Amino acid sequence: MPVKVIIPTPLRPYAGKQESVELEARTVGEALAGLTSRFSELKKHLFAEDGRLRSFVNVYVNDEDIRYLQKDQTSVREGDIISIVPSIAGGSATSGATFASQARPY
Amino acid sequence: MSAPVLKIQEDLVRGIHAHGVETYPHECCGALLGRDEDGSREVLQLVPLANQRNDSPRNRFEITPDDYRLAEKAASEKKMELIGWYHSHPDAPARPSEFDREHAWPWYSYIIVSVQKGEPRDTTSWRLQDDRAAYDAEAIETLARSANP
Repeated sequence: MPVKVIIPTPLRPYAGKQESVELEARTVGEALAGLTSRFSELKKHLFAEDGRLRSFVNVYVNDEDIRYLQKDQTSVREGDIISIVPSIAGGSATSGATFASQARPY
Repeated sequence: MSAPVLKIQEDLVRGIHAHGVETYPHECCGALLGRDEDGSREVLQLVPLANQRNDSPRNRFEITPDDYRLAEKAASEKKMELIGWYHSHPDAPARPSEFDREHAWPWYSYIIVSVQKGEPRDTTSWRLQDDRAAYDAEAIETLARSANP
């Protein structure tokens, strides 16, 4: 049954520049698998190397966080809207990120 | 592709500095609203947000999904885009940490201001590479006057 997945702005370049994608799925897990199968470049931004959703990737079915439902086994019905919502995090604690180029301080 | 450039009005840079000074020695954070058209990106408004990392606010920041949605809604209402985020590094350089990289999203501009002993110092901007392996520095072009008062 078709469900709509809302793609957040930073991931649209990896999803054919689309704001949303319609997919056939019975669960959230199936929908995300279908999404990354169609747009393989999305995978590294949504999933860690162990195959789990990255900790700062939040998935909602309609307005419910799937962590409080049945996670990726959460069932979806025709017309449901799955939203991928970023958490934004960071901080100075560990230095040593990899830089491709040097910033020019303002 | 040419090196990315982020345009921002001087008063908005001062706004980021003021936020970093206000929250020092804790990290400040907020959203950057603006436009991204044909590769030309400009910050037009800041949305200061609360740092939700109460356990270690001196060296971490977190913006919750609810605040993300709030920033996205603000952008939509103003016919702008949510183009990035800013945060401060109290008593640390204005360079992304490994922790920043692990948690970063592609496409967004990430402005970092170093606040040393309560005084704003360097301000830099960064974009995560497509493969998540590293950041590219983004040049900051400051504009003297607000084009959208």
